[in-house]
Amino acid sequence: MARMATTRRVVISTAVAWLFGFLIFFPILWMVLASFKTELEAFAIPPSFLFFHWTTENYATVQERSDYFHHAMNSVIIAGGSTLIALLIAIPAAWSMAFSPTKRTKDILLWMLSTKMMPPVGVLVPIYLIYKTFGLLDSRIGLVFILCLGNLPIVIWMLFTYFKEIPRDILEAARMDGATIGRELVYVLTPMAIPGLASTMLLNLILAWNEAFWTLNLSTSNAAPLTTFIASYSSPEGLFWAKLSAASTLAIAPILVLGWFSQKQLVRGLTFGAVK
Amino acid sequence: MATRQTQTLARSLLTPAVGLLFIWMIVPLALTIYFSTLHYSLLDPGSESFIGLENFRYFLTDPAFLASLQNTLVLVGSVLALTILLGIPLALLMDQPVIGRNFVRLMVIAPFFVMPTVSALVWKNLLMHPVSGLFAWLASLFHLTPIDWFNDLPLFAVILIVTWQWLPFATLILLTALQSLDEEQKEAAEMDGASAVSTFIYITLPHLARPITVVILIETIFLLTVFAEIYVTTGGGPGLSTTNIAFLIYSQALIQFDVGSASAGGLVAVVIANVVAFFLVRIVGRNLEA
Repeated sequence: MARMATTRRVVISTAVAWLFGFLIFFPILWMVLASFKTELEAFAIPPSFLFFHWTTENYATVQERSDYFHHAMNSVIIAGGSTLIALLIAIPAAWSMAFSPTKRTKDILLWMLSTKMMPPVGVLVPIYLIYKTFGLLDSRIGLVFILCLGNLPIVIWMLFTYFKEIPRDILEAARMDGATIGRELVYVLTPMAIPGLASTMLLNLILAWNEAFWTLNLSTSNAAPLTTFIASYSSPEGLFWAKLSAASTLAIAPILVLGWFSQKQLVRGLTFGAVK
Repeated sequence: MATRQTQTLARSLLTPAVGLLFIWMIVPLALTIYFSTLHYSLLDPGSESFIGLENFRYFLTDPAFLASLQNTLVLVGSVLALTILLGIPLALLMDQPVIGRNFVRLMVIAPFFVMPTVSALVWKNLLMHPVSGLFAWLASLFHLTPIDWFNDLPLFAVILIVTWQWLPFATLILLTALQSLDEEQKEAAEMDGASAVSTFIYITLPHLARPITVVILIETIFLLTVFAEIYVTTGGGPGLSTTNIAFLIYSQALIQFDVGSASAGGLVAVVIANVVAFFLVRIVGRNLEA
């Protein structure tokens, strides 16, 4: 029997939970509201919460003056590209470790995890100089490459934990029926692996989209994704709060939606399977 | 049974990933070690010369290093303490019968998906601005003097922003762990007349020990290298008051162009992170066997 939930208790916990949820969410809400205000209203004291002159002018201005779309495209290409390449490299590796484990598999996995522990700032200097030498500074390909490598350990780990859960009996059965490895991969494993693949992809899109160390240090304008673009509002454009808010709202909206869909996978991916 | 053929195949599938990660780890690290022994400044090209451990002596005895080490520890420690101390009650709350729990959860998790540059700038301007920020207005409602966050309490302001970003992560992990807690155990305790407090101390808290450890380790790895939040709000200042190790190395490398010293600093950062990583890898490794 489930514990009795008295009405009183439900009412109280609901009220408190909603209050705290609202407080935590408030900065985002406040930013979205500010994006629909005029610059003067965004700055006004006392602030107006809902009864202001709603306008979408900021969104138009952001596009006109700073070519927002260009930076959004950079984000899409960098986050999408690095995720896809990471998946292409990681799928075979994770498949092999999950289904043909050897004595060293555990060590390899832990070693991969440990590469993720290396603080990016520890290799900032050589990466910067290498990029400078090869003309990769402020290039999309350079950012795709570095974000791909940075997230590769997480991708492999997540896929590994998902592949591990595919029952091996099914594979054995397929093998008994004479399926080759290629067929096994296409007809048996792929359909069962798709949910895991999808959530790995989602989590990595989110991580790559929000990555703000390499993007800030290795891009300035041409290849600048939204993280760098928004950072340019820190000064002196930071005075334009409504435009900052509009640009920010556009920058986080798609990822917020993706993120909400992948909450469960987030826990699993970010804890390397230690908490499920 | 894995035949020799499948083993060969397995190995060849694994090789690209292992090879790439190996190069990614070894080449930059080797270069960092090499640069750290050189007098090497981008402002003074052609003057590279071997100076042994001089860069380390310079970096480690620089007052800026001690200041930034202290800032790093305060930042990491405070954010860890705040996210866990706030995350536990929040997770417990969301584990209660709450109407519209999924929606509350969406609101709580949202800050984690906001890119660091956005959250830092929104907090800095819209909330913490000493004249037009919402906090200043709230303070004036209560006839208090508004706080000039980034001048008077710069490090605390950064701590608040980073806490806001990581609280959802801690809460979500703790909540996930709570939901896997055996209800019957709690019921049995209640039947035996245990109070809510002792149920929490003797049943819930021990169950949370592991997820809390995981939260601490993973947050530490990310918090040691907090960068964007400092970059767009304070630029490490005023003075050195918000410069952490990551930002110090960045400023030596890309503002002062002192490659040698920044490399030495980079290696120090790698050593610090590895101490943490050592413990995390052990915990996760134990889990692999289970």
